[in-house]
Amino acid sequence: MTTIGGKKREKIDRLAELAARDEERGVSLWQDAFRRLRRNPAAIIGAVILTVFVLVALIGPFLVPYGPTDTMGIREGVIKPGVIPGSSSEHWFGYDHQGRDVFSRMIVGARQTLLVGVVATLIGLAVGVLIGGVAGAAAGLGGRWGRWVDSTLMRFIDMLLALPSLLLAVSIAALLGPSLTTVMIAVGMVSVPVFARLLRGSMIAQSNSDYVLAATSLGVRKSKIALAHVLPNSLAPVIVQATLTLATAIIEAAALSFLGLGNPDSATPEWGVMLADAQQYLGIRPELAIYPAVAIIITALGFTLLGESMREALDPKLRK
Amino acid sequence: MALLDVEDLSVTFARRGQRTVRAVDGVSFSVEAGEVVGLVGESGCGKSVTSLAIMGLLPKQPGLQVAGKAVFDGTDLLQLDDRSRRDIRGRDVAMIFQDPLSSLNPVVPIGLQVTEVLTRHRGMKGEAAAKEAAQLLDRVGIPDPRRRLKEYPHQLSGGMRQRALIAMAVACQPRLLIADEPTTALDVTIQAQILELLKDLVRDSGTALVMITHDLGVVAGMCDTINVLYGGRVVETARRRPLFRQPRHPYTVGLLGSVPRLDAGRGERLNPIPGSVRDLLPWPDGCAFAPRCDRRVDACVGEPPDLVLTHDGRSYRCVNPAPLPGLTPGAEARETRPGQATPGSVPAQAVPDDPPAAPGLAAAPSEEETP
Repeated sequence: MTTIGGKKREKIDRLAELAARDEERGVSLWQDAFRRLRRNPAAIIGAVILTVFVLVALIGPFLVPYGPTDTMGIREGVIKPGVIPGSSSEHWFGYDHQGRDVFSRMIVGARQTLLVGVVATLIGLAVGVLIGGVAGAAAGLGGRWGRWVDSTLMRFIDMLLALPSLLLAVSIAALLGPSLTTVMIAVGMVSVPVFARLLRGSMIAQSNSDYVLAATSLGVRKSKIALAHVLPNSLAPVIVQATLTLATAIIEAAALSFLGLGNPDSATPEWGVMLADAQQYLGIRPELAIYPAVAIIITALGFTLLGESMREALDPKLRK
Repeated sequence: MALLDVEDLSVTFARRGQRTVRAVDGVSFSVEAGEVVGLVGESGCGKSVTSLAIMGLLPKQPGLQVAGKAVFDGTDLLQLDDRSRRDIRGRDVAMIFQDPLSSLNPVVPIGLQVTEVLTRHRGMKGEAAAKEAAQLLDRVGIPDPRRRLKEYPHQLSGGMRQRALIAMAVACQPRLLIADEPTTALDVTIQAQILELLKDLVRDSGTALVMITHDLGVVAGMCDTINVLYGGRVVETARRRPLFRQPRHPYTVGLLGSVPRLDAGRGERLNPIPGSVRDLLPWPDGCAFAPRCDRRVDACVGEPPDLVLTHDGRSYRCVNPAPLPGLTPGAEARETRPGQATPGSVPAQAVPDDPPAAPGLAAAPSEEETP
């Protein structure tokens, strides 16, 4: 009896699945991707981490108990050479070497980190999409002259790709002088070749599609085809890559700050700078390095989890 | 003079290190205004390449050579520069493709794709273009056009997508429409509707239509004149009725014979043409169809058969054509051959003047049947 019931249940389940799939037909790529994203635990974890991070970055600075640059520990005399007090009920993460409240600095630093990550990614995205878009459109639709444009642009991109990313970022940062803007530009430039190559490849693939042929057969201009037809269809992988780039951008920005190429005004709290400052006091207070390091890792993990899940959700090959 | 005169059109693809492929080899045909002309043949016979060459849509690549003429209303389409070609496309000559889903941009609403053509060729913008687009959709039989304009291709059914594509193609009232297997990707009931729509459009607007298909049912229902292609050449040209009544070229005979018939017995097998379209002889060495032909004679091999023009305006490219009934001594021998469409045994789907009862039944000869 149980087996028969089980079989029946199985059959019903299968039917329900089929019906559900029928319903799913006629849902756009993005809606479909979003639906699968919601079912993916990794995506949920990533989204939760990012939501917390963004909330902290946006409203945290208004709620911190102490000013992030207030050297109260020195004023109060609790910081002595060789002594940095650890966590307490007043100062959850303790003081840093200049007697500032580490918890407040961490919270305020989240905003800097988010800003650097987002702006750097946007810079990379803008330049990469511009170069990749022009190259892709030229290669896909432009004939012989277009192939020449494409080769020229891509050789430039190859040059950027040939350098290790951190070395490239350090060179750019050194060239422009240390500042927060420098970090953003340097980290952004490092991600340019990835965006450019990705968009170009995607656009060339789309240029061979039937709807481009159909639009051509209706006399639509090439520039219009490139902008209105090919580009919107090629953006999905680039958007996914942007999410993943946010993670690397945060890590690279922290690395540049750590190397002293970031904001020279160490009063402005930033996780990378805090990490750099902490290394001299590792013997006394190793936690000082652990707090920003863990924060960076968790944030980058959040972006990576969400980005990878998005990539999976949008990949037609992985669809059932 | 005809609206479109294709003369001796040849398309060759050359690749380094590979044999040069002559996809279209001296195709000539003409289309009068308001006429429906069929290009019929198996896959790989050069139908689509012919149409793409006329439209100038073949991918520009080294090794591609297009020769001959395609004179449309006094101008040779093959000699046009890119700019004037783009101006003509969509305005004077438009094309409908096989797969309506992939021929529409998935991320752009239907409305924008239709108005794009209107903006490009008729300078219409904003509300005027939207209104005209809605009228176009209405004209091709899409219900509730205002709402459909805002929808994306995936929200439309297959038939409606093809209707939308047809709306885009006829947006500027082109004088010539090329339809490249417009019904192949659709199911049978929708096929009939789309063919009906195309027929109406041709009748109402006087547009000439070049119908590219492998489906003899479609041909029987629509075309005035039919060109049968094999191996990149036209092997037979005739008006519809004579072609179906008395096919002369053995290939046409074979095509008609391989159409499944409703009145055939249950256990009866289909009559495929033996071999596949790849087993062709290069034209300079004789008739390309000779390896698969059951009327082959010695004269078939050696030099290409000339185009024979008959007194009733037909032409065929064969040295030993199927005889006309009652005129030739080989009449008895003909009776013994299976699959030959003689006046008494025209396939059910291929009766001229009837709308195709069931298009899509013209089966291409399958390789499994090859002896």
